[in-house]
Amino acid sequence: MQLARVLGEVVSTIKDANLTGIKLLILQPLSPAGEDTGRTLVALDSIGAGVGENVFFVRGREAAFPFYPAEPPTDAAVIGIVDHWDTE
Amino acid sequence: MQIARVVGTVVATQKNKKLEGAKLLLVQPLTLDDQPKGTALIAIDSVGAGVGEKVLVVIEGKAAGEALGKKAAAVDAAIIGIIDAVEITG
Repeated sequence: MQLARVLGEVVSTIKDANLTGIKLLILQPLSPAGEDTGRTLVALDSIGAGVGENVFFVRGREAAFPFYPAEPPTDAAVIGIVDHWDTE
Repeated sequence: MQIARVVGTVVATQKNKKLEGAKLLLVQPLTLDDQPKGTALIAIDSVGAGVGEKVLVVIEGKAAGEALGKKAAAVDAAIIGIIDAVEITG
């Protein structure tokens, strides 16, 4: 999983039927220092996250699991809203 | 598996149900020279690791789910060991 900030949403009308009703979020991955790191990506929202929130997301096949028994075709999903994180 | 150092803890009240009770740690993958390599990630902790410790991390969904002990859990990384020492003799 990785930390990220929600930058925005993607609107898509014509899409895979298994994606119907699922919010698409634009994420900017963050370093532990809170700085932007790496490329932005689009992830499915499984938790009700919104723009400006810090979240964490899962990559890979497991990104579809929060939507069980639906099997949306995805490679990333937001699975938690981060209250705070602490580094040494 | 990767060698990584635990660099922080993450608190998230609102999260996927399968992750309830799981400890979330920030880990920074390392090279064999202990230099940071790549982006830090969040891993679930199944062995009781703490900040500053060097650990063994699986970065693959199925293995991470098994470490969590739950089927079909939305996880892709897990700490599965605390490293005492790395010996390179080759």
